[in-house]
Amino acid sequence: MATEAKTQQLVVSVSPHVRDEESIAKIMWTVNFALLPALIMSVYYFGPRAVYVTALCIVTAVLSERLFQKGLKRKVTTNDGSAFLTGLLLGMNLPPSVPFYIPVVGSAVSILIAKMLFGGLGYNIFNPALVGRAFLLITWPKLMTIWSEPTAQFVALDAKTTATPLGILKEEGIVKLLEIFGDKMSLYSHLLMGNRAGSIGETSALALLIGGALLLYKRYITWHIPFSFLGTVALLAWVFGGKGALFTGDPVIHLLSGGLMLGAFFMATDYVTCPTIRKGQIVFGIGCGAITMLIRLKGGFPEGVMFAILLMNCFAPLIDRNMKPALFGAVKAAKK
Amino acid sequence: MGKSATFERGIHPRYNKELASHKPIARARIPQRVVIPLSQHIGAPAKCEVKIGDEVKKGQIIGSPSGFVSSPVHASISGKVIAIADFPTSAGRLVNSVVIESDGQDEAIAFKESPDYLNLGADEIKSLIKDAGIVGMGGAAFPTNVKLSPPKEKPIDSVILNGAECEPYLTADHRLMNEHPGEVVEGLKIIMKSLGVNKGYIGIEENKPDAIQAIKAAVSGEANIEVCSLEIKYPQGAEKMLIKAIKGREVPSKGLPMDVGVVVQNIGTALAVYEAVRYGKPLIERVVTVTGNGIKEPNNLMVRIGTLMSDVIEQCGGLVEGAVKVISGGPMMGFAQWSLDVPVTKGTSGILVLTADEYAPSDEYFACIRCGRCVDVCPMGLNPSMLSILAEKGFYEEAKDYNLFDCFECGSCAFVCPAKRPMVQFMRLAKSQVKP
Repeated sequence: MATEAKTQQLVVSVSPHVRDEESIAKIMWTVNFALLPALIMSVYYFGPRAVYVTALCIVTAVLSERLFQKGLKRKVTTNDGSAFLTGLLLGMNLPPSVPFYIPVVGSAVSILIAKMLFGGLGYNIFNPALVGRAFLLITWPKLMTIWSEPTAQFVALDAKTTATPLGILKEEGIVKLLEIFGDKMSLYSHLLMGNRAGSIGETSALALLIGGALLLYKRYITWHIPFSFLGTVALLAWVFGGKGALFTGDPVIHLLSGGLMLGAFFMATDYVTCPTIRKGQIVFGIGCGAITMLIRLKGGFPEGVMFAILLMNCFAPLIDRNMKPALFGAVKAAKK
Repeated sequence: MGKSATFERGIHPRYNKELASHKPIARARIPQRVVIPLSQHIGAPAKCEVKIGDEVKKGQIIGSPSGFVSSPVHASISGKVIAIADFPTSAGRLVNSVVIESDGQDEAIAFKESPDYLNLGADEIKSLIKDAGIVGMGGAAFPTNVKLSPPKEKPIDSVILNGAECEPYLTADHRLMNEHPGEVVEGLKIIMKSLGVNKGYIGIEENKPDAIQAIKAAVSGEANIEVCSLEIKYPQGAEKMLIKAIKGREVPSKGLPMDVGVVVQNIGTALAVYEAVRYGKPLIERVVTVTGNGIKEPNNLMVRIGTLMSDVIEQCGGLVEGAVKVISGGPMMGFAQWSLDVPVTKGTSGILVLTADEYAPSDEYFACIRCGRCVDVCPMGLNPSMLSILAEKGFYEEAKDYNLFDCFECGSCAFVCPAKRPMVQFMRLAKSQVKP
């Protein structure tokens, strides 16, 4: 029997027998790649230290996950790019001037506590990079809020420091902000290009938008979270952001500054910690935007993106449970 | 028709139909031996009407229906019954089967012809269809006469012929529409007559322009039959999706097409209906697409029911080096085979052989990362991500809250899953553990 020998090698498995080419690794590495433009802009403005800090985060993240998985004799999955992404995102959320133990400690917290202790990729409730950053901000509040002047191409620890645009806006108002940057247009362009103080990756709104556009184009993210997040921030900034009267705020400043672009396109959209259902994602985005503006306008911190996303992460499972997609044939079944 | 009709969501797999779509239907050689399962349909198995040693002729009944939802089974060759025992089928089960050794004569019983077939009454038509052992030939194999006998409280106003053939690789219906458009349309007319319906549709995916043209020409004189071109999208040929695309009606959750006044039949079934009613010919052969890069000479073959897959594959040049997976049916919903010595049955639309680089290994999968891609493609509007997680963890009852039983296992969720999770397996597992 000619077929006899072949029969031995037949693979039997459940349908479907073909699949598309997407994989977790492909998605994660694409997201990493999409962050590259923003990272390049940071290096341009903050010098090589931006790379050192980010690299330390990445190396620590990947090593922590590897050691954890090896230690527990689990399959090592660090090649999927997700630990790399957590490290990269944490690095981009740190001020460029932090001492080198900060990225190491933060990254280890991100991976070991926020990700691996919850069960690894897919099981974590909170965005690991943001948990790491929240831990660092609470543990070393001073070091985490020293912002270097972006003009210094080679930042040393004693580089000239300044406040972030949002910090100035909060403490001294828009007049002072415009005084520093010249006029509104100049302020907007500084914010777009990233020529301002801030975390490593959150400085250039334009570079982040390019990365975000790539993810939208590849359909790795959809418009639901970023647009509802940004839209809510813009609306609330316009209504409540002005001094004295309603409807006099400047939404553009709020949109372009702080960690908003990074948060809206790269952190709030983290699959594992946001709702799965698209209409639920809109609720999630609105919640992120509302909490962000509450903190920015009324809270103790100048920036609220991180806490907003972490708080909304708690609600993701609840949103998913209550906002099921529309079942085919459901309407007519109800009529019967 | 302007814009092509379709349903919401769904996927766009690579179709790979060009492997076989240009190959005219060829007659397979008459097999030396056939293994004819007595249950090739949904419902009660047929009752065996022969014993070992009996001489049978082609078309003779060897199994008679044993209930309302059942179907007779006929000898597909002439010869001698040499065994009656349980044999494996392509769905993986053991089924009581009649084995016939050919006498080389291929001698048929006399078939009862009805040249005046369009003037037959509905009951006459249905009994001819039943006696011919016709079942749905798209794969589900539900007895056709039962489908044509809806209860009185479910009035039917439309019949849809399913020419979508949305499963990648398969081209059997495509070839039938190209080569026998007239007979297919006559079959539709007979089906409409049996239901007392005067609106018929033939839905064809746009990737078969020649079939659309051929069918359109065949219906040119028929005012009440409409040809609908459908968007190329999987699972366009699923009954509920097809009805949505053509009639804009949604079959209610857990309901049947007849709940919205529609009966759907497959192209191959329509042809079999025509041959049964016009010529009295029972369902003893069918077109099988033998295709995939793992087969030497892809082809569309008219195969006798009961022919072993190994025999059919041999007639197509055999397997190529590196062929790893043999599937009965299409790549999305077909069954992987562990042995090639299983018979072609009434529901076998294709034999697909995939090579190592075509097929998706499923031995390794990851935790769900909740990316939502499955939610975006599920034609039934389910949350497959959640269902798979619940099934994985054993929360079967909870899965019902997420409409587990609305899943018809089309596999779209598994197709797009970046974690390569065995989604269909999870659904089947959960369904097997709880009552609907």
